[in-house]
Amino acid sequence: MAEMVSLTIDGLKIHAPAGTTILEAATDANIYIPHLCSNEELAPYGACRLCMVEITQGERARLVASCIFEVADGLEVKTNTERVLNVRRLVIELLLARNNKHPALRKIADELGVKETRFPIEQKGCILCGQCVRTCREVVGVSAIGFSGRGITRKIATPFMESPPNCIACGSCVYVCPVQVIPMKEENGVRTIMKYDYPMQKCRKCGQYFAPKKQLEYFSKITNLPLEHFETCVDCR
Amino acid sequence: MKKVKTAQELKNLQEEIKNSRDPEKPCITICAGTGCLTYGSQKLVDNFRAEIEKQNLKGKVEVRASGCHGFCERGPLVVINPQNIFYQRVGLDDAEEIIKETVLNGQIIDRLLYVDPVTQEKILHEDEIPFYKRQMRLVFGMNGNIDPNSLEDYLAIGGYSALIKVLNGMEPEAVIEEIKTAGLRGRGGGGFSMGLKWEATRKAPGLPKYIICNADEGDPGAYMDRSLLEGNPYSILEGMLIGAYAIGSDTGYIYVRNEYPLAVKNITIAVDKARELGILGKDILGSGFDFDVLIVRGGGAFVCGEETALIASIEGRSGEPRAKYVFPSERGLYNKPTNINNVETWANVPLIINKGAEWYRSIGTENSKGTKIFALVGKINNTGLVEVPMGITLREIVYDIGGGIPKGRKFKAVQVGGPSGGCIPESHLDLQVDFDALSKVGSMMGSGGMIVMDDRTCMVDVALYFLKFLEEESCGKCTPCREGVHQMRLILERITEGNGKEEDLKTIEWMGKAIIDGSLCGLGATAPNPVLSTLRYFRDEYEAHIKEKRCPAGVCKALITYTIDPELCTGCMVCAKICPVEAATGEKKEVHTIDQDKCIKCGACFESCKFDAVKVS
Amino acid sequence: MKTRVKKIIDKYHSDKGFLVPILQDVQKEYNYLNREALNLVSAFLEVPISQLYELGTFYKAFSLEPRGRHEMKLCTGTACHVRGVSLMKDNIERILQIQAGETTPDLEFTFETVNCLGACALGPILVVDGEYHGNLSISKTNRILKKLGKKVKIDEES
Repeated sequence: MAEMVSLTIDGLKIHAPAGTTILEAATDANIYIPHLCSNEELAPYGACRLCMVEITQGERARLVASCIFEVADGLEVKTNTERVLNVRRLVIELLLARNNKHPALRKIADELGVKETRFPIEQKGCILCGQCVRTCREVVGVSAIGFSGRGITRKIATPFMESPPNCIACGSCVYVCPVQVIPMKEENGVRTIMKYDYPMQKCRKCGQYFAPKKQLEYFSKITNLPLEHFETCVDCR
Repeated sequence: MKKVKTAQELKNLQEEIKNSRDPEKPCITICAGTGCLTYGSQKLVDNFRAEIEKQNLKGKVEVRASGCHGFCERGPLVVINPQNIFYQRVGLDDAEEIIKETVLNGQIIDRLLYVDPVTQEKILHEDEIPFYKRQMRLVFGMNGNIDPNSLEDYLAIGGYSALIKVLNGMEPEAVIEEIKTAGLRGRGGGGFSMGLKWEATRKAPGLPKYIICNADEGDPGAYMDRSLLEGNPYSILEGMLIGAYAIGSDTGYIYVRNEYPLAVKNITIAVDKARELGILGKDILGSGFDFDVLIVRGGGAFVCGEETALIASIEGRSGEPRAKYVFPSERGLYNKPTNINNVETWANVPLIINKGAEWYRSIGTENSKGTKIFALVGKINNTGLVEVPMGITLREIVYDIGGGIPKGRKFKAVQVGGPSGGCIPESHLDLQVDFDALSKVGSMMGSGGMIVMDDRTCMVDVALYFLKFLEEESCGKCTPCREGVHQMRLILERITEGNGKEEDLKTIEWMGKAIIDGSLCGLGATAPNPVLSTLRYFRDEYEAHIKEKRCPAGVCKALITYTIDPELCTGCMVCAKICPVEAATGEKKEVHTIDQDKCIKCGACFESCKFDAVKVS
Repeated sequence: MKTRVKKIIDKYHSDKGFLVPILQDVQKEYNYLNREALNLVSAFLEVPISQLYELGTFYKAFSLEPRGRHEMKLCTGTACHVRGVSLMKDNIERILQIQAGETTPDLEFTFETVNCLGACALGPILVVDGEYHGNLSISKTNRILKKLGKKVKIDEES
């Protein structure tokens, strides 16, 4: 069993296993800390900076990202100091300047008392939380998409801005995006993600379209089982 | 050179080389650092070598191409020994004359001597020149005595003595204690105690341990590290060897900025020669200590000067920093204990080992020991690299060493610490330069870039310049830096274009605090410094731009106009000929005018008018 | 091409950690990150192409487009900036009709800014095909460009 540590969050004494992050410990204790780039299934990333909290260890007080910082014995955490709220307000205003429509961002803005962003709005949609790229890399394991560019020109990209050769059209990136900016639709046996088409496989038994062909080819490759094995839908197997 | 297998063999080799050199033998040293190479000094070196051949002096007169001597304003530089004569602004065709007159006949060529601008005296020796007099060139001074591609030269001046001392009977912990006691703080910007870093890395569990030399000098306007790597790569290797021994590491990396081809070349040669000699590799000097080095080139990203981004780059990823809640000394390269230090910091190590921590402590201030090399550039008479003891005042650096502001203009500010630092105005010129004093006034030591500005420099424009730089160099991972710096840049741009709003200054101050607190790494956390410091000391300039739509320094394009003074114009038609949009017009010998509707403020007329008739307002 | 790329990979012992140096060698070999070469690197090292694309677009040293015959690098370090280099930059952009970081459509010129070449005493500085031109002025810039074949007005008298 993992060693337990005790820390305080907003005055509340909490016990959490060593190796967990402040955000995890807070969530378990029903203490809310806003966050956009963290996801239980993914390694901590610490990019959006909404989850900042103020900690005191001994004499020093500083701000850290709660999704990365691991709990320690005697740690004092404050989730709503003025310094913390200032950072959160700046972050949400900056994100609203990229996407001032999505309810997930609006909700956080409301909680922070931010009505509108003061910055000029350049509607980009994507907030660069990286969940899509990280999911494709860490969970799906194909790294079909990645980042391109750096700084303000950074964006989510397919290699050479063309049809991603490694994509298996699983749609994980679409589901995981907190602001739902990756479009996906299915029509006439074709799934379209972003602007790329992926033909679907018809079940050998019931004739329904159930999975993209590329996905089944991928399963066949990694399991070394013949493709025919995968050409029947789950219900019919 | 034969391989040396014991400390004694290396000592003997040192002696042998020293003894084989006649201190009275004439030696011509030509500076071939990148700065002087830009002046064409390679041609000068070739000319000297050709002349020596021609006059059958080969073997009788030494010609040496050295690294940077520091006085970049006055290049090409040539030093004639044994008389220690210092020639500056040497013409590329002067080789023959110098050999004939000075080397063979002992005659001084007056026109090549430095003239003191105040006393009008001609000065013969380097250390009497005001630029050099107030410096303390403990680390950098060696450049003048060695050809960076010659291991023998380094050994001849006592190089690798510190390594011998360490491997010959100092325990690793003792070495660490010595560095700790000496108080050497990182010279790359962080200013953290090198000794403590070494200790933490040594104590951290896990093998192998790595050491890294950070030569990704990215601050625009700073080139100290490059000149050290180019001019004396062996000193850095020696420092790294000692550090690796103390920490228990057997593999080192030297990460060099991609834009420094000569530095890469020279450190590569130094490493090859060190291997040949046997002081890199297995069982160095019979001590049982193994160490070797890999040279890695950067990919062109300022952010890779940040430790964790540098590590990511070596690991084959893009230069994205990670939060330093766990330091690289515990989990760094490939998740192993890693110690990273800057070039100049490594170069200080042999000095401390050779002369002792107590000696080192006698230089500098209470909390900042030793010397620091600064790149003194911008609106300054004596541009170059200067090495001074910590605690020297800014005034001394700018006026006594730097020779003051050119063209009789007035000092306005000095930017220290590059894009992470701040501007320091005239009121603080008596500040004693050290880590803590600089932080107190809103700046920081940084890597050592010192950019001097005069009354024709617009501080809002300077802040905008740094923001544009950081916006381009930001890795883009975290919101406060990527978006925050971008938005700050947009605000400042508006201000320089005459579209500033009343609330902009408050917004900048609020954003600044939040970006400092919220950023993932040092780049973002220090990005607001230039804006905040210029706002602190030059608020009136910002207000003039916003409230009066006026640029007091006459720089911001949208807020200035070029006009021709009819009293001074001679009608020479030069401006009309060069104007790309035909805004400047006039007849020969008649007063010219500039059509403000057509003028694109390119500045070509201002630059070309020989009668100072074009005015900026 | 397969052999040339394989040679580069072998030089680094097929070690994925040396991705950046491998790409630097590819860039040197083909004057840009040639797409076919990148696909080969991806196949040889078993590294997803998206990762190579990310590296290629992150680091300024890499170019995914062929570079021009003439490479012009203008130092925009702080010392040069303070000495008025932004006016030179505007001038070059205007004459070449491209922005810094781009290559002219006829593949004649690639114009880039560099953050400090470290020759500050001679600032502003323009490096053309490896040759350093210091103490740059607008008229000097114009003369250099005229020599390289661009139609520019120059100051005949200087």
